[in-house]
Parts: sequence; C-alpha cells; structure tokens
Amino acid sequence: MAVYSFKGGVHPKGNKELTAEKALTELIPQGDMVYPLSQHIGKPAAPVVKKNDMVLAGQLIAQADGFISANIHSACSGKVKAIDRRLNASGVPCDCIVIENDGQFTPAPGVGEPVDYSGFTPQEIIAKIKDAGIVGLGGAGFPTNVKMMPKNPEEIRYIIANGAECEPGITCDDRLMREHTDWVVEGLKIVLSIFPNAKGVIAIEDNKPGAIKAMEEAVKGNEKLSVLTLKTKYPQGGERNLVHAVTGMYMESGALPASLGVIVDNVATLAAIYRAVAYNEPIMTKGFTATGDAFNNPGNFTVRLGTSLKEIVEAAGGLKEGAKKIILGGPMMGPAISNLDAPIVKANNALTAYMEDEVEKAELQMNACIRCGRCTRVCPLGLMPQQMAKACERGDIERFVKLSGADCIQCGTCSFICPAKRPLTQLFKQTKPVAMSYIRMQAQKKEA
Amino acid sequence: MNAITLVIITVILLAVIGLLIGVLLVFAGHKFHVEVDEREAAVREVLPGNNCGACGYPGCDGCAAAIVKGEAAVNACPVGGAPVAEKIGNIMGVAAEAAEKKVAFVKCAGDCTKAHTKGAYVGIKTCTAAAALPGKGDKVCQQGCLGLGECVSVCEFDAIHIVNGIAKVDRNKCVACGRCAKICPQHLIEIIPDKAEYAVECANTEKGKLVKEQCDTGCIGCGICAKMCKSDAVHVENNVAHIDYEKCIGCGACAAKCPSKVITLREQ
Repeated sequence: MAVYSFKGGVHPKGNKELTAEKALTELIPQGDMVYPLSQHIGKPAAPVVKKNDMVLAGQLIAQADGFISANIHSACSGKVKAIDRRLNASGVPCDCIVIENDGQFTPAPGVGEPVDYSGFTPQEIIAKIKDAGIVGLGGAGFPTNVKMMPKNPEEIRYIIANGAECEPGITCDDRLMREHTDWVVEGLKIVLSIFPNAKGVIAIEDNKPGAIKAMEEAVKGNEKLSVLTLKTKYPQGGERNLVHAVTGMYMESGALPASLGVIVDNVATLAAIYRAVAYNEPIMTKGFTATGDAFNNPGNFTVRLGTSLKEIVEAAGGLKEGAKKIILGGPMMGPAISNLDAPIVKANNALTAYMEDEVEKAELQMNACIRCGRCTRVCPLGLMPQQMAKACERGDIERFVKLSGADCIQCGTCSFICPAKRPLTQLFKQTKPVAMSYIRMQAQKKEA
Repeated sequence: MNAITLVIITVILLAVIGLLIGVLLVFAGHKFHVEVDEREAAVREVLPGNNCGACGYPGCDGCAAAIVKGEAAVNACPVGGAPVAEKIGNIMGVAAEAAEKKVAFVKCAGDCTKAHTKGAYVGIKTCTAAAALPGKGDKVCQQGCLGLGECVSVCEFDAIHIVNGIAKVDRNKCVACGRCAKICPQHLIEIIPDKAEYAVECANTEKGKLVKEQCDTGCIGCGICAKMCKSDAVHVENNVAHIDYEKCIGCGACAAKCPSKVITLREQ
C-alpha cells in the first residue's frame, strides 16, 4: 500500500504508547467552569448572560461578534458567578464568563435530541455549524462555518479529514477515530453534502493502524470516501503538508487550501459537526490527552470545555514530585504554561508534563551556527531557517520577508534538528508579527 | 640595458605620470569645487559625536547639516544640552534657548522582591523574544519590566542598568536619547523632565484586584492621587495614574496618599 508524505520533516520520538491504549474516559468536572470569550481566531464573542443568571448545559452564553468569531456555550448547568478578567494558561489576563457548576449538567431544551438531518440544505448545515460555535479543533481555532463558505463550493474537490495527529504524545484523535468512528465518518458525509463535487479523504499516519482499520471498515462501499495512509513524520498534520501529501499539489505562499479546491478539517472538528447537526449539540466536550513522564497515570479523557486544567491533572493521577515543565498541547508546538487554574478551551487537545526541561538543556548546549543546512533540509515549507535567523538577529525585516519568513508555521522542526541548538523557532515567532505588519504596510504603499 | 638604466627610466616614467595626474587633480579640484558651509564643519566639531540619533537625524553629521540649513533648532542635540547649544548658537549667530534637561524613566518598580513570579523563563534572553511569547517573561504581571536588559544593550551612555530584576536609569548619565524607550517591547520607558520630583512607577492597566495579585507595588487605579492633586496634574487613565509634568508643582500630595506606593519621590 502506498504511503504518502511530503518533503522534509523530522522524526521526534512518538511517545504515543503512553496513552494510545487508554480509552477516552469521561471526566466529570467538580469546580467552577470558566469560558474565555476569545477561544478562536477573530473577534472575541460578546456575552449574552449576566451575573447571577441561571444557565443550562448547551446554552449560548456568548454570541459571535462579527463574521470571523464564534458562539460560546456553557458545558454545565449552574449560576453565572462572574464576568471578569482571569488569567489564561499562559498567565495572560482575558475576559471570561465564570459559571458555578451545580453538578447536574441539566441540558438546555433540544440539546442532545436526535434530529433527522437528511433533508438539510447546505445553508442549514452551515447555520447549524455556526450556531454550535464550532472552530478548528486541531489547534488553530478558525471558525469552521467560515471555512465552509468558499467562493465556489462546486470547485471544492477534496475534503480532507485530518487524522494525522503528528504531535508526539497526543492520542486523543486516534482514540476518537477508533471509539467514535461513525461520528467522524458521518461528520465527513455532512460536510460532503455541502460540496457536490468533493471527495472525502481521511488521512491518518501509519503509526495508528487501529484507527486506519476502523476507518477503512467504516468507509467500505462508499465511493466518495477513502482512507489515505500517511508516513509517520512531523509535521505531517500541517495543512500545507497534508494538502501536498493527499493531492500532490503545492499551496502557494499565503494561499488557503480552498484556492486548490481543498478543505481540511480535523477529525475532532468533523465529529463535533456530526454532534451539532444530528444531535443539536453545541460544542461542549472534546477529547483530551494528558501525557508525559511527569503524570502518574497518563490517559485520554472526554472533557467538558471550561473544566480547569487542575482537574485534568488530578484525573491523570496528579504530577510526580519534581515535575519541571507543563506544556499545553504537544512538545513540538505547545507553549509552556504557568497557570493550572486556567480552563480548557476549544482549541486545546493535550497537556504534556515533563520531569526535565528540554529547552533548558538545549540552552546550555547552545553553540554558534555551523551552517550545516539541516534546518533547510527538514523545513516542511522549504524555507531557509538559517538565513532567516540571521535576518532576525540583524533585525532585517525586508530580508526576512524576502526569504518568505512570514510563511513560517513555527512547527519547531528547525529547532529540533539544529545540532548547535539554536533557538530558531523562537526567533521566527518574535519576528513574524513584525514581518506581517511590514507586508501590510508595503501593500498599503502599493495601493496608495 | 643594464640595471641602472632600467631603474632610471622607471623613476622618470613614474615621476612624469605622477606630475600629469597631479595637474589633472588640481584642475578637477578647481573645476568641480563644491561650496561647503564652513559653519557645518564648525557645528559638527562642537557636537558630542556619539552618533546616537537622539535628535532624530542620522548621526551628528546629519544633525549638523540640519542645524545649518535651519531645519533643526540650535538646541537640537539633547546629549550636549545647554553648553553645546550655546556654542552652536554662537556659530549660527542665534541666541540659544536653554533646552530643558530630560531623562528616561522606567515605569515599573516590580523588582524581584515585589513582583510576583509565575515560573522560570527559558529561552532567548532578550525582552523582545520574551514579549513575543504568550505569558511573556517570568513575572505574573504582563505589562512590567521583563528585566532581560535589551535597553541596557542599546544605551550608548551606560545610563541604564538592570538592578534587582528591573531596569533603572542613572539620572546623571542619561541624556534622554530615547533609544531605550524605542526598543522596550513593553513600552515602559518614558522621557520625562529631569526636574520632575515625583513619578508613577507602574504602567499596569489591569483592574486593581488583578494588579494586587500580580505585584506588591502596582497601580490599582484607585484615583486617590487625582483627588489629592491641587494643580490638576495627576489623572487616572486606563486604570493607571499619569502625571502631567507641565502642571505638576512637585508638592508630593499624591505620593503621600498613594496606597500602593507607586507614586514615589525620584531618587537623586
């Protein structure tokens, strides 16, 4: 069987065996539930509840404010305790709605009831997705309803279900594909009904044979659906690399997949779409992995959004003594966090805890660049990190932009491979916003 | 031909070429002579020569040219201050107005003992790099001095140092060139008049409760200072106090009543 991939990439230690066989167990939150108003790319949502209001599970508590924004729903029933500023996981204050959880999880009327959706028009489906507040659950948090409205829906040829899950350690998508295969497949079918000429491709890395088998069985007999095995390589799940692996086409700098007739959705997003359309259920729960050598009992959980990270840590058996670093997400891209009182938001999918800090160790070993070019060889976008880093250090934004530095997805591949342990990714992270504003300025100048 | 003849021919040839080129250069020098304003050289001579760019022109040469052209005032150089302005005034034949001495001031007092920390920052040791990450440096406060000293690295006058985890300006050495203010990713450094007696040592715009959780000496925006001020110089904008130095008379009423001690008498 052919195994598809892209050029470049690295092979970090998978560490998936820690949690791959741990089934998704439901975590019942005990404490207060916190809902930041900005859980997505775009404008923060506007609250529609007031302090001391009673809310039910699945009730809308904040409404999308503008085109690129998303609804937020409560995942528990209880009283609105406060609407104020709280620290997120990184320690940045942000506006939040706090709900005192009554422990009942009484659903709002209509939520969770099966709906016959066979006669739904594409507009109705998109409206359902919008109402349910679904955003890209792979990590980016881009409102899904916006993604479902390209200029020419007839020109969309592929809907890719992203089941690559290339970040080391994370297995919640793997578990979702195995345990709730039908959710993902039905979700994909719902999306396909919006686009008449599209084929559905479920792309999974070959380190998840269980998921591949389950999916292959589920799509058997359906001509529009297929399962594609990808090579296990980081960052296989990156949108550009996935599009190339599946279609053989390259996305141009700054282009969106829709320009090539492709729409990429995470498998968790598709499952959420299914729940929203078929059960009238807004996004309230999601799969979540707690992994790493510092957890006593790593595992996979179905968590309700708004649950504090502390409760996940407890559910994973607590942290071992001497745990040094906690990362929200996977070790390659996730940020180190300082605040475990923060809630889980839509785009979160894992908590990784380590006894050792790799970055600290790398910093001690840091050396001058030896121009070996390994970063260039592994960059999944074909950029030249070594040259880009030099431009960053000089503060030469023009050169950085010329080297397509603004296309960098900050996947961390270059920092991972660098034998001199240069902090390349952090340099790009620091320079990219400046480069983006530089590009906007140049574009404005051109117009004027 | 023997060696001696060879040497003599070479010497004569070179001498002739040299002479020809010399004549050509003298001719060119007269033909393409550019009128240079003598004052520009004189002004350049008087300027300090740090090329710090504080005047807003590209180095001291640029500043001198601008002064002579009349684009810049004779006291355009903040580094030189009054003595240099007077000398330039003499050259230009203009009476120099005394420029007010200004200094940089770091609006953060959250040093190691006062600011609460949330963990260790591991990564590139520059403020810009730390500020680009979510959660910024090791302090809970997201708007305070990160203490990694990028301002120190750009100061040409050895006037700013990291003391106890935050940047502190040496008033005597600072010439208010503004380089530190420009590089600070937290926008914490303000150029204030040197004669200012009191200053607000905080720039946190969060509400009082959050500030209290972040730092022992943060401005909670209570507004007592604004109430105490008799000359309408102190105002609370965006949850943080700010002093208008044009109005401030230095009475110290605001500092006396400040509950979190962020308005302080400046160190001499």
